[in-house]
Amino acid sequence: MPDHEGARRARRPAPAAVLLALIPLTAMCLMVPLWDRIDPMPLGLPFNLFWLICWIVLTPLLMWGAYRIEARRHRPDGTDP
Amino acid sequence: MSAAATALATIVAIVAIGTTVGFVAGARVRMDLEQWTVGGRGFGVVLVFLLMAGEVYTTFAFLGASGWAYSRGGPTLYVLAYLTLAYVVSFFVLPQLWEVGRRHGLQTQADFFRVRYGNRWLAGFVCIVGIASFVPYLQLQITGIGIIASVASYGDIGRTPAMAVAVALLVAFVFASGVRAVAWVSVVKDALMVFAALAIGIGVPLIHFGGIAPMFAALVHTHSAHLTMPGATPNLGHGWFISTVLLTSLGFYMWPHAFGAAFTARSADTLRRNAVVMPLYTLTLAFIFFAGFAAVLIVPGLGNGDLAMLTVVRQSFPAWFLGVVGGAGALTAMVPASIFILTAATLFAKNLYRPLFAPQMSDPQVARLARAMVVVIGLISLTLAIYSSTTLVSLLLTGYAGVTQFFPGVVLGLYSRRVTAPAVFAGMIVGVVTAVSLMLSHHDPLFGVSAGFLALCVNFLVTISTMLLTRRPT
Repeated sequence: MPDHEGARRARRPAPAAVLLALIPLTAMCLMVPLWDRIDPMPLGLPFNLFWLICWIVLTPLLMWGAYRIEARRHRPDGTDP
Repeated sequence: MSAAATALATIVAIVAIGTTVGFVAGARVRMDLEQWTVGGRGFGVVLVFLLMAGEVYTTFAFLGASGWAYSRGGPTLYVLAYLTLAYVVSFFVLPQLWEVGRRHGLQTQADFFRVRYGNRWLAGFVCIVGIASFVPYLQLQITGIGIIASVASYGDIGRTPAMAVAVALLVAFVFASGVRAVAWVSVVKDALMVFAALAIGIGVPLIHFGGIAPMFAALVHTHSAHLTMPGATPNLGHGWFISTVLLTSLGFYMWPHAFGAAFTARSADTLRRNAVVMPLYTLTLAFIFFAGFAAVLIVPGLGNGDLAMLTVVRQSFPAWFLGVVGGAGALTAMVPASIFILTAATLFAKNLYRPLFAPQMSDPQVARLARAMVVVIGLISLTLAIYSSTTLVSLLLTGYAGVTQFFPGVVLGLYSRRVTAPAVFAGMIVGVVTAVSLMLSHHDPLFGVSAGFLALCVNFLVTISTMLLTRRPT
């Protein structure tokens, strides 16, 4: 069977962008046994809730970095060169 | 006016305003199939943001997440992690998908599978799994509306009539306006929901405990085990958390409607920017959790945790405010529900019925069939909502176990040239069968790991090994 037109491969993301994305994944998901506890209670919140809220705020910062890296590799209208 | 009448009148007013905004938005644009389903592919950052937020923050977030915080405790934190990480995943999937969509004029998820793999049976199978996964998600929204009506009326209005009225309204709304209307109603809905979440999350602990910190201090004192995993459950520990967060964050954009929303964007860059900012929206949910946890101390012993948030609002605030929260909640159910119905109906008509059974159908005929399906799907979900009694979170996780099985086919399809239709088809069938049989035999979670996630792993293994075995000689 010939390749379909749709089989054109998308451009792989920059390794640096992927690395940035792996940080929140590790912190919010894989590290759960380390942060799933009540004490200490910063701002009076249980530690697990506090930790997740922190990462909700930190993730856009990291992904903004990933965006800067990716945006440089694409045309301003977002299409691949 | 009695408290119930005040609350209900407020809810009706809010729903009326919200739907009017939608009708007005829809009336300005002539509706062909492309306009009805992907809004003419011209949405910028703001409209895409609204559309995506509109479909993400459903009754699940509003009542279901607080309900689990109340009844299950710690495990409910998975919601904060998965919503944030879903956007991180989307950063690497949606822009690439948008490219393919623009090149081939794709409107739906099944279109993607047909164009990428050139196999209409695979595309048909994707439709069936997609539509089937929508049913519990729709049922969730309709159940939510029933809960709102019965709590806000202080039990005067039964859930069934409330749900029936909501479905009728929903069908009329989708019928008249399509995706653009939905994006604009989201404006009303999101503003109200953020306001309600902040007011409840700050207000409830303040009224009863003097603040959020004293509330948690009291909770730690009496219910410390409730706040960590596995909370009030026997088997939802860290293994469940990790597997469920992975399942749902990978599956988030595999929902056919979320997939389709990517095609409404004006550019791939729009989607990348969106992925960066969207996690902040998850903060709203933290406040909803505050209310859910506070309810543990304020209204203990509720049989159905999904009632917790509204019950605590009813005990803490005046009736008109219960109405505002109920109205926000009702729109929060109706906006996503209309997107789900719209997507499921389009999938059925355009990607299942026409290609497999009636290839001679014209576009206007497909549009008519899609509209008829809106009614049918609405009625099926209503019937299920009337006769079932699972928690809102369980309904959502059931749907996720289905749609996440698309992930290998989508990601390998985008990034690998070698993956073939038989490999993806085999993996998907094995994945769906594994998920369904584990869940029907009540083995979710299995050994403390989410059944849907196990199915996804099996799916990946089968896809990749089939791909390697059937490789063409180079």
